[in-house]
Amino acid sequence: MGALISLVAVVGLGLLAAVGASAGDGLRFVLGVIVPGIAFAVFLGGIIFRVLRWARSPVPFRVPTTTGQAKSLPWIRNSELENPSGLTGVIGRMALEVLAFRSLFRNTRVELLPDKEKVNYIADKGLWAAALTFHWAMFIVVLRHFRFFIEPVPVWVEALQSVDGFFQVGLPVYYATTFLMVVGLAYLLARRFIDPKLRYISLPTDYFALYLLLGIALTGILMRHVEKVDVVQVKAAIAGWASFQPVAPVGVGLWYFVHIALVSMLLVYFPFSKLLHAPGVFLSPTRNLANSNRTRRHINPWNPEVQGHSYAEWEDEFRDKLKASGYALEKE
Amino acid sequence: MAEKSPQELIQIDLTPPPKRWMNPAVDFEARRGTWSYPAAVKNLNYLGMPNPREWSPADADWKLPENWQQIIHEGFKDLLKKYRTLEVFMDICVRCGACADKCHFFIGSGDPKNMPVLRAELLRSIYRQDFTATGKILGSLAGGRELTEEVLKEWYYYFFQCTECRRCSVYCPYGIDTAEITMMARELMNLVGLNINWIMEPVANCQRTGNHLGIQPHTYKDNVEFLCEELEDAIGVSLDPPINRKGAEVLFVIPSADYFADPGTYTFVGYLMLFKHIGLDYTLSSYASDGGNFGLFNSAENMKKLNWKIYHEAKRLGVKWILGGECGHMWRVMHQYMDTMNGPADFLEMPKSPMTGTVFHNAASTKMVHICEFTADLIRNDKLKLDPSRNDNLRVTFHDSCNPSRAMGLFEEPRYVLKNVCNNFFEMPENTIREHTFCCAGGAGLGNDENMEMRMRGGLPRGNAVAWARDHHDVNRLACICAIDRATLPPLCEYWAPGVDVSGVHELVGNALIMEGEGERVNNLRGEPLNSEQEGQDDV
Repeated sequence: MGALISLVAVVGLGLLAAVGASAGDGLRFVLGVIVPGIAFAVFLGGIIFRVLRWARSPVPFRVPTTTGQAKSLPWIRNSELENPSGLTGVIGRMALEVLAFRSLFRNTRVELLPDKEKVNYIADKGLWAAALTFHWAMFIVVLRHFRFFIEPVPVWVEALQSVDGFFQVGLPVYYATTFLMVVGLAYLLARRFIDPKLRYISLPTDYFALYLLLGIALTGILMRHVEKVDVVQVKAAIAGWASFQPVAPVGVGLWYFVHIALVSMLLVYFPFSKLLHAPGVFLSPTRNLANSNRTRRHINPWNPEVQGHSYAEWEDEFRDKLKASGYALEKE
Repeated sequence: MAEKSPQELIQIDLTPPPKRWMNPAVDFEARRGTWSYPAAVKNLNYLGMPNPREWSPADADWKLPENWQQIIHEGFKDLLKKYRTLEVFMDICVRCGACADKCHFFIGSGDPKNMPVLRAELLRSIYRQDFTATGKILGSLAGGRELTEEVLKEWYYYFFQCTECRRCSVYCPYGIDTAEITMMARELMNLVGLNINWIMEPVANCQRTGNHLGIQPHTYKDNVEFLCEELEDAIGVSLDPPINRKGAEVLFVIPSADYFADPGTYTFVGYLMLFKHIGLDYTLSSYASDGGNFGLFNSAENMKKLNWKIYHEAKRLGVKWILGGECGHMWRVMHQYMDTMNGPADFLEMPKSPMTGTVFHNAASTKMVHICEFTADLIRNDKLKLDPSRNDNLRVTFHDSCNPSRAMGLFEEPRYVLKNVCNNFFEMPENTIREHTFCCAGGAGLGNDENMEMRMRGGLPRGNAVAWARDHHDVNRLACICAIDRATLPPLCEYWAPGVDVSGVHELVGNALIMEGEGERVNNLRGEPLNSEQEGQDDV
């Protein structure tokens, strides 16, 4: 149900963009210039706002999740990347987490065999592989788009393109990352339908994000390989936008507007949704703090002003019993 | 013991129902055995906590304050301002489901709301509805829910069905820690008087007497003396541990269960034998008579109050540093919270082993050393006379307790000690040890009898791994470094892995120690004969 609503929402959005773009120059200006402009501003502003709000909340306690041996006695080998003792380790741990999805790599699947009274844990790297594939592919796809933003096309983009198109399949060449991004997304979507646990925990918004990304990828592919778009016109449109002299895009076809509308939606949606996991992972106190708890004092800015039951109060309360059992007392 | 047999209990379906989870309905009456009794009036009164009253979760009317929704809302707002963890963890979960089958309670019950992601969603749905733009606009489409009494009841059920073991947070790509979320939910429930007695009674006791069990100083002394006499009867070694002695070098802090109940008591005399063996200048304290701290399972404020006595007593006695015994959650508090809450301990000195000269730089600020670090250093420097063959009737495996594992990273020290004091050491399967370790399912205040079915369910993964070690390596002893483990693992093993007994690491150290002037050792610390082949099999 939630999956359907989200699908309808994404398709509806695309249709709306297509209808709007075919209605005339005015709406094309709105859809091609104003909407993405606003979306980009909301995206940037929203993320900055969120990150600042997170950063403003204190971290009262140093609570890293330790996943390896701590640094203790000199002859015990510690695991700096799993249980950092200082900043270098934390940077390493975060780098592994962000660039290689270290924690997901640990994933196992539980298998329960009631008749044999056995519980098994089976390595399950599918989610890790799909997530890593999708995220890296998308990252490279975004970088490749810089050929639309910068004129002349920078060398690093050219290099990226030639590596990405290494297999020289099709004309224009199919990029590996295009394929990988769609496959990764398809896997992430499929598991939400197939795995009953995932189906149970998935919210409409989980499908929405995936449909949106798939929609963006597919309209992109359409423009490059099927309904081939006039790249010169696209570049002109985007160059105008980048140089703050925007013009309504002409001769770029309807898919372009659908693509841009979905991207705009993604940008606007980002700071208000779970997509915040991207900046959020950097602020996760169980990962970005060193396990230096006993070596360096951590300060809690709101440390409650409470005291325990003092020794004097305790001695007063149990004085007779303490005396009777021969304890040395502070006050006789 | 749970009424169902292990064969019945293990018939678990991990497939969730097709309908959505958002409409809450917990039938407490039908689910007896899987929840804990609420806090007694006297305990909340003693602690000055809100809404003390007689009630039962099985009642329709929970006697909540009239404006309970507002109280929770305000409380939530306050916590969001105080904890970045809460704010970030509420915002960034993508529901990838990596955590779903990592929780021992989910594996053992198949109840989908025991998937960590959904446990958190119970809170997150309210957060979205009340504090986010998308939730306010889109409501349930964006995963928002109205805070109704039914939702609150669900909180009580599921947030007292989490042992704060942090296993899920190991697998989460963003490190979302359900322990943290459970703590926040419990803070919120405190505000309207929803707490359980197995937590609040120990907290109240500890505030008054210094320990969770409410043992008063005269009884403390009697217990310690009695345990020393028992040991003398068992192995002919006499001990005379100092209590509340000023000017000692080291204050030794332990969980109170160690001087109260078997098998913790054998660990207790094991520590004391070690100290006598090396001639450590130490003292026990009948005031700081519990390092354990059920405040951790209740509120940051209560945790600080109960922990406060440790440094206070160290200062009064004029010791140089603090040594801590085997206890899991106690060590989470000592390691991750104590210095922040009640430090700085600038009146203490950098801990240094008087026997080996080793300086414990890893405790430079907190000034508190874990007994396993201390003992491992002694063994490494050849300061102990050990006869590991005295543990030859034991085939030992090690249960990594949740907190020393995932909140400290204390993995090698206890293993090093064990391998030096026993000849037969075997590991359980790798997905069930170290950072992947499974909880005893009785931590965080859930180790009570009325919750026994849930404990056995949650104990399935651990119990199954122990049974594996028993079947593959003839293991008959499960060693651990946690007092809650020593209380909860014996029934768990009896249920899931019969034939395996539980002990602390320092009980086995005590067995192996060759004490000065001792005669031939014929018994272990439990008074059972050593090294007799048939005993080894029969006594378990």
